[in-house]
Amino acid sequence: MSPDTFTPPAVGWFALSPLLVLLGGGLLLMVLGALLPRWPRGLYAAFTATTAGTALVMSFVLWDDITDKGASTLVGGAIAFDGFAMFATIAICASVILATLVTDDYLRREEMDGPEVYVLFLMTAIGGIVMASAHDLIVLFLGLEVLSLAMYVLAASHRRRISSQESGLKYFVLGGFSSAFFLYGVALLYGGTGSTSFDGILAAFNGSVLADRKDALVLAGVALMIVGLSFKIAAVPFQFWTPDVYQGAPTPVTAFLASVGKVAAFGALLRVLVTALPMWRDDWRPAIWVLAVLTVVIGSTLAVVQTNVKRMLAYSSISHAGFILVAVEAAGHTAGETDPGLGVSAALLYLLLYAVLVIGTFAVVTLVGRTGDSDTGLDGMRGLGRSHPVLALGMTVLLLAQAGVPLTSGFIAKFGVLQAAIEERSYAIAIIAMVASVIAAFLYLRIMISMWVAEPEAGDDAREQIRVPFSTGLAVALSVGFTLLVGFFPDWLVEASKHATAVVTSTP
Amino acid sequence: MSFPVLTALILVPAVGSLVVAVASNRRPEWVKLIAVLVSVFTGALAIWTLSSFETADPGFQFVSKHPWIQQWGISWHLGVDGISLFMVLLTAILFPLVILGTDPHHDHKRYLAWLLLLEAGMMGSFLSLDLFLFFVFFEIVLVPMYFLIGGWGYDDRVYAATKFFLYTMVGSAFMLVGIIATAVLASSNGVGYVTFDLVEIAEKATFAASTGRWLFFAFALAFAVKVPLFPLHTWLPDAHTQAPTGGSVILAGVMLKLGTYGLLRFGLYLFPEAARWSRPLFLTLAVIGIIYGAIAATMQKDLKRLVAYSSVAHLGFIVLGTFALTTQAITGSVMQMVNHGISTGALFLLVGMIYERRHTRQIDELGGIQKVAPIFAAAFMIVMLSSIGVPGLNGFVGEYLILIGSFLTARWWTVVAAAGVILAALYLLWAYQRVFHGEPDENNRTFPEIRLKEAAILLPFIGIIVFTGVYPKPMLDRIEPSVKALIAHVSDKTGYEEPAIPEAPQMNEGAQP
Repeated sequence: MSPDTFTPPAVGWFALSPLLVLLGGGLLLMVLGALLPRWPRGLYAAFTATTAGTALVMSFVLWDDITDKGASTLVGGAIAFDGFAMFATIAICASVILATLVTDDYLRREEMDGPEVYVLFLMTAIGGIVMASAHDLIVLFLGLEVLSLAMYVLAASHRRRISSQESGLKYFVLGGFSSAFFLYGVALLYGGTGSTSFDGILAAFNGSVLADRKDALVLAGVALMIVGLSFKIAAVPFQFWTPDVYQGAPTPVTAFLASVGKVAAFGALLRVLVTALPMWRDDWRPAIWVLAVLTVVIGSTLAVVQTNVKRMLAYSSISHAGFILVAVEAAGHTAGETDPGLGVSAALLYLLLYAVLVIGTFAVVTLVGRTGDSDTGLDGMRGLGRSHPVLALGMTVLLLAQAGVPLTSGFIAKFGVLQAAIEERSYAIAIIAMVASVIAAFLYLRIMISMWVAEPEAGDDAREQIRVPFSTGLAVALSVGFTLLVGFFPDWLVEASKHATAVVTSTP
Repeated sequence: MSFPVLTALILVPAVGSLVVAVASNRRPEWVKLIAVLVSVFTGALAIWTLSSFETADPGFQFVSKHPWIQQWGISWHLGVDGISLFMVLLTAILFPLVILGTDPHHDHKRYLAWLLLLEAGMMGSFLSLDLFLFFVFFEIVLVPMYFLIGGWGYDDRVYAATKFFLYTMVGSAFMLVGIIATAVLASSNGVGYVTFDLVEIAEKATFAASTGRWLFFAFALAFAVKVPLFPLHTWLPDAHTQAPTGGSVILAGVMLKLGTYGLLRFGLYLFPEAARWSRPLFLTLAVIGIIYGAIAATMQKDLKRLVAYSSVAHLGFIVLGTFALTTQAITGSVMQMVNHGISTGALFLLVGMIYERRHTRQIDELGGIQKVAPIFAAAFMIVMLSSIGVPGLNGFVGEYLILIGSFLTARWWTVVAAAGVILAALYLLWAYQRVFHGEPDENNRTFPEIRLKEAAILLPFIGIIVFTGVYPKPMLDRIEPSVKALIAHVSDKTGYEEPAIPEAPQMNEGAQP
């Protein structure tokens, strides 16, 4: 091979099909949406859901492929093609479908129907999938930026509400910071190991003797990358943007941020820490321990004192992030070993279950929030049990699941994480997380009390009637159904999440 | 395969709850009929279980075991032995009576649906032989109870319901960590694989002493909240007082037994060494509970609160008997769990009836009721005497067994506890005196006599009170073998030797003193 000929790496187009479907669908929607006159009602959403659905089906097919043939890398080692990536893809595509169902009627209610939000949904999904399946830090950063830029715009997408603009701007400024931190971390890591590819990083460690290692650079890089990703997962003390952004963003977008955003960010965190940096696991694990404890405790505690439901759920999402960090910490004990332990699978399971849960919850908040998201205070929930008992019952199931009551998916998720932590003898963190989850339970009880028990007050009848459109109702029903299904019969999903830990390992 | 009666005991009320929930609201009497039929059918299943229970067999019977979450080693494992048999029976008897005997005033459908769901959860808790399954039921019962208190309770119901929910959840949080740790540690200490099966862990695993103690305390904390053991009892007076009558009956009658039952089944059976080691602590807390509950009950102005505090005292006796670790004391404890369920359940029903009539539970606003409602007063008297522990009624048998059994191994604690019996007579008789004796004033003169329906509800309670008081043998015969097996298990694992009770000299025809 002469040096001036370029040999393109094998791409593996079929293995990339979920990404390509989403990309194609997104571009098509953008172009056609701009060129054609306004589409008939519901068609934008239907198109988006179909696109995400196709990607979902493709990822199931690929999942089978991976189970049969094992994991590999694509595009010259830039993208991992493994169970982990497919699990995240499935979670993200399912979240897109559910969020689209919620968004459809919302956009008409707010008189801002159009293709933009859906295009951004699809772009975010692409970014998220790339993050969760990256096998190279630069690729991961590309995914991160695609995801983040789309999300900034999404948060600000309610053009007539100043709080939405504010939330978008806040998210943008702080998100920009976090990207910079992450990128600087990548640079330092490159300085320390001479590579941005996961294989290269591992090879640099394995191929060098202790004296030659530039550990200071590497550790500084790891620290900065953890900071950058902690912004994205909203871990305390990097959570300040979350309540404001969640409250300000249009409610369906909040649902989308909380589901896809979490899956993507944790996917990236696990990739970076467990796949790329297992050799430094004893250095990053204590940091994750501290982050996890701070996040569960502070997230739960601050959630309790809020009076706005969206803000409450924002803090509750912080507390859930803390729980997932407990699983990451557990994964840190066995990172890089042939037996992957339970940490990674517990985190993935939690992410999928939480994504479905949180979209259902925010779907109800979308409806109860009424036009202009004006009534998202705790008072807005008052009397829901009387006026819409079925909707209130669905919300109750979702809230109980978030609180971790048995026979719901939330309990299975928490159980998996606790088991992973205890398997690694991390008792303290398990107990702290459980106690924090009891504190958080108070928050869900407050919402339930408001729905079922609170006495009606004067003026309640004058409020705008809550309408339950079919598509949003379907999203809630799917979410509740999944929550209960997994609560009663979790075996298949637990098994799937264990397969997902067959991460592609580098051959040093 | 024979009929899976234990699974049916859980599924019948659960399905019934769903049916009630989706039934049409336009015909409330039909909804009630469904609920009554479901609960009576469950009761019939429980009685069938009792009648086909092998009396002398100490092990688990009617066992049903199916894999549930194989990935985690969790199975749907149910079984009943002499200890849980009567808990199941108590649950199955109290629920139909509560459904028939109490009226929620509004929203019958949801009330009944929650009650039936609660029954399913209770059954599941008493029947589970898998740690995970037990936790699922143990925790799930909080939800219907929370909504029952919050939705149909009295003025301060939201506060009481929230306090109840969070208190119990804190305990459960530790237990969940304990359960997982038990399964994980057991797999490397004798079992060889991760399983949550209670029997397998108890029989095969041997924990190091310190490990076992930590695990035991994780479990015991949850149960101590549930019992409730002093000083974790503060949720109880609020929850009992604010709950609707039906809720109070179930709460006191069945739900508190989850704690004492749990201590026996998951404390003593799983961690015999730790349970033995921590005896002084639990005996002391039990005795403090007995005395403190009695004194607090004496001071109450609200009749329902008085009954609530009396539960703290009575459950103290049960814990005392449990940790005394003799066959007699534990048998007495199991029996007393049932007795307390019956007598306190009936007391709460009676207090509910008083409230229905007078819209007050303040003792000093009542008075002279015996004059205007003698039959009502008589019923109250019998139930109260049973709660005090007067010979001839059920309370005596249990308390006597506990005291005599505990005297051998926990002498001084028993001496103090015996004083609690006298205090019980004090607060209950004094309350009775103030409420029923004397001349009725203006408001109490119109106190209606007991109605036929109310009498029909109370009659089964009084029947059980008298029957077990006079002839406890059938009950003891079934409890004792399982208790003996439990103590044998403790001896086996820890080398504990139960002090022998000196045999009474045989009475022979010719042997005259």
